[in-house]
Amino acid sequence: MSGFKFKHILGLRGLSRQEISFILDTAESMKEILDRPIKKVPPLRGRTIVTLFFEPSTRTKLSFELAAKRLSADTVGISKAMSSVVKGETLIDTARNIEAMRPDIIVMRHSMSGAPHLISRYVDSAVINAGDGINEHPSQALLDMLTVREHFGTLEGLKLAIIGDIKHSRVAHSNIIGFNTMGAEVVVCGPGTMLPPDIEAMGARVARRVEDAIDGADVIMALRIQKERQGAPLFPSEREYAQKFGINARILEKAKDTAIIMHPGPINRGVELSPDIADSGRSVILEQVTNGVAVRMALFTLIFAEVS
Amino acid sequence: MSRNPDILLKGGRIIDPAQGLDMEQADLLIRDGAIQGIERGITPPEGAEEVDASGLWIVPGLIDMHVHLREPGQEYKETIASGTRAAAAGGFTAVASMPNTTPPNDSADTTRFILERAASEGSCLVYPVAAITKGQEGQSLTEFGDLLDAGAVAFSDDGLPVSDAGMMRLAMEYSLNFDALIISHAEELSLTAQGSMNEGRVSTRLGLRGIPAVAEEIAIFRELKLAELTGARLHIAHVSTKGAVELIRQAKERGIRVTAETAPHYFSLTEEAVEGYNTFAKMNPPLRTEEDRQAMIDALADGTLDAIATDHAPHSVLEKECEFEIAANGIIGLETSLALGLELVRQGRLTPAQLIRLMSTAPAGILGVPGGTLKPGSPAHVTLIDPDSRFEVTRDLFQSKSHNSPFLGRMLRGRAEMTIVGGRIVFRR
Repeated sequence: MSGFKFKHILGLRGLSRQEISFILDTAESMKEILDRPIKKVPPLRGRTIVTLFFEPSTRTKLSFELAAKRLSADTVGISKAMSSVVKGETLIDTARNIEAMRPDIIVMRHSMSGAPHLISRYVDSAVINAGDGINEHPSQALLDMLTVREHFGTLEGLKLAIIGDIKHSRVAHSNIIGFNTMGAEVVVCGPGTMLPPDIEAMGARVARRVEDAIDGADVIMALRIQKERQGAPLFPSEREYAQKFGINARILEKAKDTAIIMHPGPINRGVELSPDIADSGRSVILEQVTNGVAVRMALFTLIFAEVS
Repeated sequence: MSRNPDILLKGGRIIDPAQGLDMEQADLLIRDGAIQGIERGITPPEGAEEVDASGLWIVPGLIDMHVHLREPGQEYKETIASGTRAAAAGGFTAVASMPNTTPPNDSADTTRFILERAASEGSCLVYPVAAITKGQEGQSLTEFGDLLDAGAVAFSDDGLPVSDAGMMRLAMEYSLNFDALIISHAEELSLTAQGSMNEGRVSTRLGLRGIPAVAEEIAIFRELKLAELTGARLHIAHVSTKGAVELIRQAKERGIRVTAETAPHYFSLTEEAVEGYNTFAKMNPPLRTEEDRQAMIDALADGTLDAIATDHAPHSVLEKECEFEIAANGIIGLETSLALGLELVRQGRLTPAQLIRLMSTAPAGILGVPGGTLKPGSPAHVTLIDPDSRFEVTRDLFQSKSHNSPFLGRMLRGRAEMTIVGGRIVFRR
């Protein structure tokens, strides 16, 4: 009954509708464990999961580590600042040295696109991409899809509007792929300087104004401006950004009453999301976080089922 | 010093675009380092080495006018010895070496060093290209006169563009005193800043920052206008886009003194080769779209592009086995160029004579160096080609110190059987 044939989770590109559904179904079944007083089940006992984070992370790192622990796996985390990378050790050497200690899964976040793909060629362990450069963040998109599916019962035929720095957002990238695969329509909007070339070829429609993007949208996803990835400033000021592209109550008057608000975090309050919206009843931001642990538990479970 | 023995090449297909010659089952006699004659049934002089050239092409020695030999300073990637060995194995009797060495070739001393090295250890002729600006920093001109006297054949800051238009104008104006050639690496750096592959649907798909075609086209347009203004001789290096070819075509129609080259990878591969974050498909300018690739082939056929030059860029494992964004730009090309060019002949896009013109006669003419012809009396720079020889591209195959080639593992067809420089056999398979 396995709908899942992957050793590595490097991205959503190449995953079929059935495969994504299977992951979401598995994640759903994990959620119940997270509500128990004793949040632990034994399937991954004796397994080792190493998290290797070259960029800062609150949610993703903690989420992967908790997911591992809930399944009784041993987990160890390495962050760039505290590792020998600061002494000039290359990524490949770092991966091979970790591999020499025989982990089962390496969860990696890196600032460069293709980094997890690179190390997957040098290690025997399974590799999960926790975010690579401006390429993909598959577990984030999966938890986003799970959250939306919970709310609307399906993803098919829904309209997702992603507002923000599309060009530098791996979350946007993975969500465009994922939601498209599941039969949803995706429209993106952001300053022209933050739109990737030929995004239409990836299945997203481009809207120049936020009002047009959110018109008829079921899901409005706001993204943080990825200043750390942009190089030279791509917009004149945060004030202008907030005024023209920020999601606030006034703009939301043009959206459907049933539309939900999402954000992968961390939020720059008052920039891409006004505080009242971030905390409103329409926001599912914290549900996303809860679902994140379930999705990651599902990914670990499915990888081990496949690899064993 | 004993002279080289006479060589009689027998029964080959002699193709010399310079003489409009394409003659089957012909013989070519080499004496005293020069071409003695071309005929059917030449009687071998006493003591001559006779080479059976049946089934082979006999052509003027191939010349690669854009090669990075890495010496001085980066000998771990390539040396003049290993690079010219690779060239000879690829059928090249001469290469023009680019100046972005360490130190850069911006002084007569460095030029003389390169020439001395080539003379003592090289397997083919080396024509040094000297830097346009001191240190390739784009701030002040090098001593064109002194460098030409030392043996430089042209000027380029290749590796880098000359970013300041005013500086390029000065270089072009100064070149007029020497009728020197300016070779431009045309790139608008402010548009390419963080890119690592062609900008477009594939870069978006792979999540990589892109290098737009206009960055090359804007820079080429600038060079063409400056060449028109000054009357200088300009050569555009490594052309890769359809838009660039169109600009060059128009410029030639207007009588601007421009020539241009493309590399085999631009007419053989596209941006899709980057899939999987393949650093052996990373170079600058980057691999472009299929439309661009076809435009390169059309331009080679219609003469808009004058030469094929490999931009042979050896890099070690250190610089290529790493994250895509930080991998060095460039691939080797000397030992696969001929096979890739022959592929265009097999596909009917080029005639054999056109290919040899692109790989020999034209580079010789552009650089103003001997060769590119089999006319009797010319120096005996000759290549024997087996156009059908099939081979697998493996690391062991390469004479080059580096193995950064996207063609590893592929079967290619057509290669040099023998390379002769000034009557001396420098390579024989």
